[in-house]
Amino acid sequence: MTALLEATGLSLRFGTVPALDDVSLEVFPGEVVAIVGESGSGKTTLLRVLSGMMRPEAGAVRYRDPEGSVHVVHEMGEAAMRRLHRTDWGFVHQNPRDGLRMRVSAGGNIGERLMAVGARHYGSIRAEAAEWLRRVEIDPARIDGMPALFSGGMQQRLQIARTLVTRPRLVFMDEPTGGLDVSVQARLLDMIRALVADLGLAVVIVTHDIAAARLLAHRLLVMRQGQVVEQGLTDRVLDDPQHEYTQLLVASVLAA
Amino acid sequence: MSWAIRTEGLGKSFTLHLQGGTRIPVLEGIELDVAPGECVALAGPSGAGKSTLMRLLYGNYGAGAGRILIRHRGAEVDLAAADARLVREVRRETLGYVSQFLRVIPRVPTLDIVAEPLTARGVAPEQARARAGELLAGLNLPSRLHGLPPATFSGGEQQRVNLARGFAPGYPVLLLDEPTASLDAGNRAVVIGLIAAAKAAGTAVIGIFHDTEVRDQVADRLFEVQPMPVAA
Repeated sequence: MTALLEATGLSLRFGTVPALDDVSLEVFPGEVVAIVGESGSGKTTLLRVLSGMMRPEAGAVRYRDPEGSVHVVHEMGEAAMRRLHRTDWGFVHQNPRDGLRMRVSAGGNIGERLMAVGARHYGSIRAEAAEWLRRVEIDPARIDGMPALFSGGMQQRLQIARTLVTRPRLVFMDEPTGGLDVSVQARLLDMIRALVADLGLAVVIVTHDIAAARLLAHRLLVMRQGQVVEQGLTDRVLDDPQHEYTQLLVASVLAA
Repeated sequence: MSWAIRTEGLGKSFTLHLQGGTRIPVLEGIELDVAPGECVALAGPSGAGKSTLMRLLYGNYGAGAGRILIRHRGAEVDLAAADARLVREVRRETLGYVSQFLRVIPRVPTLDIVAEPLTARGVAPEQARARAGELLAGLNLPSRLHGLPPATFSGGEQQRVNLARGFAPGYPVLLLDEPTASLDAGNRAVVIGLIAAAKAAGTAVIGIFHDTEVRDQVADRLFEVQPMPVAA
């Protein structure tokens, strides 16, 4: 397996509603894959299953670690899973409050992830936290500030710094620009685009924003009612959509 | 002489599901060979499918029938059947496309937009920026603009940014869609010079040139794209 993540035949029902219906997907190193679709299409459920936060009824998710060993994600123990999420994986939540510790300083939020992977030297942890604040365009002078006092856009950028500081190879993002103002969204998207390219990250990003998907993603999956109805190269799916639903989705986007 | 890019029986139709499944055939049985160092101009009336053919060749339209062969890393690749990762690799190393419009990325300075395809191929950032600066200067884009994002530039300025980006890496195959549409005479001459230099370096060029003066100077031959007969 050369892919970083490989999902085959994922299915999951909520009651009688199929949330995932035979979904398969591969993510390769350095590849940005966007999952688009309307609310209720199953895209967030897919992200939760891929990242091991939710268990599928059928199918498997396999992950290749940096040493090349392949693990079945839902057969890993809880401790191994936690370690994976602290090191080689990252998860950026739509609501930064779900990914940050609100009663810990900005620098502490970043430093905590570093300490979890074994960093012990206070001075170097603080220096690295300051460097990451700068990278996500937060004034390093706010290193001791509490995230609760930050704007929504700053909180989201802090969550991204906290996630990326341990240099994960694979990052899951759930509507990272979701609750933000349009101008703040553009800045955040561009920052994510630059960081992803600089660090060579593989990303699985869930979004309902087609323009964001075009800007960020190499490959696109279109979901509807738990199924992947179309997938491929981002510009091909958007410029030459084949499925009726994708055509509707693309035709519904307002050109600015 | 051997080809750099070649199509065999290439066809394309569009099915409009939102218009009751209307099927619009646009291209059929396209057989096109372009050799290294050769420039072929697509000809044919407006609506014949010239731009559709360009997009098929670049891969932002999926082929309906036939093959698109390109020499990539010394081997033949069928772009019509290639997966997304292979198409990206071919675009990074072998196949360039200068469209009429620049897809502007918010906040990214002009110099970095032009340098990006070079850094993606592994050129060191300083070296890539130096090459980008030279190309932009050659296209008469003043250096005070190089540090700004091109969002607020005029149409002609944006087109020159797009051209610099397309010519920067020296792709073995280059697609040009109306590369001189919004340029003045001086810059048109610069573009003619860039195309001539690319050909001399062995690039296979396929272009749509409505400007016949430019076309006559760069094209070695015309390839007629025939409009499909309208179904009764």
